[in-house]
Amino acid sequence: MPESEHSNGTPLRRSFFAKAGAGVALLALAPGVRLVELAMARLDDEPVSDEHRWGLWVDSSRCASGCDACVSACNEEHGLSGMDRPETDAQWIRKVDLRDDTTGRELSLPLMCQHCEEPPCVDVCPTGASFRREDGIVLVDKHICIGCRYCMMACPFHARSFIHEDLSDQKTHSPRGKGTVESCTLCVHRVDEGRMPACVEACNNAGHEALVFGDLNDKEGRLARTLAQKESDELRPDLKLNTAVRYSGV
Amino acid sequence: MGLLLGGIVPWTPATVYAEVVKPQIPPARGEQCVEPVEIMRRDHFDFMKHDRDKMVHQGVRAIRHSLAGCIDCHASKDAQGQFIPINAEDQFCQSCHVYAAVTMDCFTCHAAVPAPALSQSP
Repeated sequence: MPESEHSNGTPLRRSFFAKAGAGVALLALAPGVRLVELAMARLDDEPVSDEHRWGLWVDSSRCASGCDACVSACNEEHGLSGMDRPETDAQWIRKVDLRDDTTGRELSLPLMCQHCEEPPCVDVCPTGASFRREDGIVLVDKHICIGCRYCMMACPFHARSFIHEDLSDQKTHSPRGKGTVESCTLCVHRVDEGRMPACVEACNNAGHEALVFGDLNDKEGRLARTLAQKESDELRPDLKLNTAVRYSGV
Repeated sequence: MGLLLGGIVPWTPATVYAEVVKPQIPPARGEQCVEPVEIMRRDHFDFMKHDRDKMVHQGVRAIRHSLAGCIDCHASKDAQGQFIPINAEDQFCQSCHVYAAVTMDCFTCHAAVPAPALSQSP
């Protein structure tokens, strides 16, 4: 922290203005990205509210089989270094390849925490560590997670991982440690800065644009407009979870 | 017996105290901490715990008492200019907690060195 941020009152204002400045730069880079503008509307020192509900749209017709740019980006962003033990290594997002045996149609899609409105992981958590933020992002507060793993059993999407071993070199924005459960945070540290999740950025950079991030509540925004027009499904609609991640073409 | 006690009692504490060296706290960057030093010494964890709950659950990022903030100012660099983990021996957090016989859990999950500058990507 620069020394000037020590004096009374300045840290809050300074960090807000610094980020607002970054937001302006982003807008200049990507005009029409309303996400940035909207997220900037929230001050850094205000709690999140249900004014926004962050979500994702996965267009499986654009998701390329064999491409795992989103997975690598997630691993890189959160420092999910593998122990080379696939059965227990943390995995916040994975690629799933599906094949219809009758027709032979194949499709590939990314699967991660679906950020349910009615999350089973939150229902079963005995300590309140699994929670849903007001803006719809489902998280684990690892300070109060006791590692019981009920949430892992409750999640219909197998989206959560347990950390079995001591870790080192964690990222400042993504604390992780042995004995706690973790899953996709929708890159909450980026969302709070008005940036898009790492997987979405990587998919765009790979030229696929199969992932669209945005605010489900913003009817004028790209995500809500797309979902209003295109057919899309939530996974396991029978469970009535009202997921924030929607898939087309599955 | 009296002679024995008389010989031992004044001698023992002096030896024990002489062996307990006050922690040598490495210098910090910046001019002033977020709170006066004597308050921080006693209450830093209460401050951090209060603010971490606001941050994790409510998404309030502009918190005054963050662990990352402590690390930003108090982490030292080695001769090669690399940051030394703040929980390494004789470093800011560790030196005092060893003296106070308090085990820290923070760094089993949290980074113990300052974050590199934010990546430039949107």
